[in-house]
Amino acid sequence: MTTKVQLDNLNVHFGATHAVKNVTMGFRANTVTAIIGPSGCGKSTVLRSINRMHDLTPGARVTGKTLLDDSDIYGKDVDPVAIRRRIGMVFQKPNPFPAMSIHDNVIAGYKLNGRVKRDEADEIVESSLRRVALWDEVKDRLRQSAMDLSGGQQQRLCIARTIAVRPDVILMDEPCSALDPIATMKIEELIDELKEQYTVIIVTHNMQQAARVSDVTAFFYLGELVECGDTKKLFTNPDNRQTEDYITGRFG
Amino acid sequence: MSFRFRNLKNGVMTLLMGGATLVVLVPLLLIFIHIVRSGFSALSPDFFVQIPKPPGEAGGGMANSMAGSAILIFLAATLGIPVGVFGAVYLSEYGGSRIATVIRFSADVLSGIPSILTGMIAYILLVVPFKGFSALAGAFSLALIMIPIVLRTTEEQLKLVPTTLREASLALGVPLWRTTLKVTLRSAMKGVTTGVLLAVARIAGETAPLLFTALGNQFWSRNLTEPIAALPLQIFTFAISPYEDWHRLAWAGALVLVTVMFALSLTARWFGREKHSNV
Repeated sequence: MTTKVQLDNLNVHFGATHAVKNVTMGFRANTVTAIIGPSGCGKSTVLRSINRMHDLTPGARVTGKTLLDDSDIYGKDVDPVAIRRRIGMVFQKPNPFPAMSIHDNVIAGYKLNGRVKRDEADEIVESSLRRVALWDEVKDRLRQSAMDLSGGQQQRLCIARTIAVRPDVILMDEPCSALDPIATMKIEELIDELKEQYTVIIVTHNMQQAARVSDVTAFFYLGELVECGDTKKLFTNPDNRQTEDYITGRFG
Repeated sequence: MSFRFRNLKNGVMTLLMGGATLVVLVPLLLIFIHIVRSGFSALSPDFFVQIPKPPGEAGGGMANSMAGSAILIFLAATLGIPVGVFGAVYLSEYGGSRIATVIRFSADVLSGIPSILTGMIAYILLVVPFKGFSALAGAFSLALIMIPIVLRTTEEQLKLVPTTLREASLALGVPLWRTTLKVTLRSAMKGVTTGVLLAVARIAGETAPLLFTALGNQFWSRNLTEPIAALPLQIFTFAISPYEDWHRLAWAGALVLVTVMFALSLTARWFGREKHSNV
């Protein structure tokens, strides 16, 4: 099992606040890793450092090494834009581009970066939408606005948009928290299928979801990695007392 | 407090607010009716195609002023819109720096100065060194009024674009400048257009800055480095003259000006309407 992403002594500061402290962990290729923990423990911050989203936050400082396939993505000559093509992200609230049709939303990763040939585009759109099980539902209205879709459909559209640029890693920041249970279930099924081709890292505040969906779980508390391991083991027989307290609901 | 008493109070307040609305609307309506009454009779095909004739001769029109105003607005917009829009883009997307604060402050100051002073700035910069009044100087003075309006409204609209949209684009591996142009600006386009149209409506009626820049012209202008006629200017010239003919033309000009500004404002509102709500 190869390690796709490796965090080595990751520290994130926002001004004077030390949000993420000395995190060292690896994410295995083609697995789903869940990051859990109470609010404010730094889960999203860790996730966003993996695709260099903190570059755009004034006052944010990321130190330590973050390796994608053994090369540091924060290296001196590394282009963050290129990194974000290889590491995609799905956000908490579905955010399709309102000014674009469903078709254009899916190939937005190409279209926004320049022109793309019509047949190539149509092919990418169809295969991405099929992958997220949305094709049959929208194939007759590809040119309509993406905002007419339901929340669950919009989120699947965002996932289709993310996989259309063929990334290696997919980061998901609480992707189901704005959705109803049926939509959530569909997306969890999708995540299970996606891991065949991609490495998925999902932040969730829903422990049951982490237990259902992931192979590896990492528990964070107050900016530090407390425990990381096989999901079944972590939820039934955790090594750390804090982990046990959290998953049994004694705090958080 | 009983229900009937509250109801009564509600009724009284509604009446008072209705009254306040009337106080605002009635003068507006009266002015408009007066302009229509005074100006309508002087409107004719001649009015729209002829230049002013000497006082005493019948006929004549304000064609050169209308064309002149159109040219001035067009020129002012070619400077005002890009500077305003891209200045706002810079401020909103890269706006933490000290330069951004200076720019924002300058725009606020510029928007507050009386329009005759923008005329003076244009006079000093473009009329004196080139030793002549010109359409270009007039357009420049109008652009100085337009830029802060467009800049402020565009910046407001850009701020309204949700961060998640920018993040979605960036997360796809789209560089910041492309995200700004093709996602952020595109999303704000409706509001930006409304702001631009309102700025155009504003400068369409500006007279003071043109007094010693464009100067006005009784004839057609042949090039942009010559003085040019403008509708508000010409209305002023005719209105303070002692000739009855010219007074009538001034009223007609005022009617045309008011109608154009009204049309522009309506277009801006129509453009800015909510077509469907976003989830």
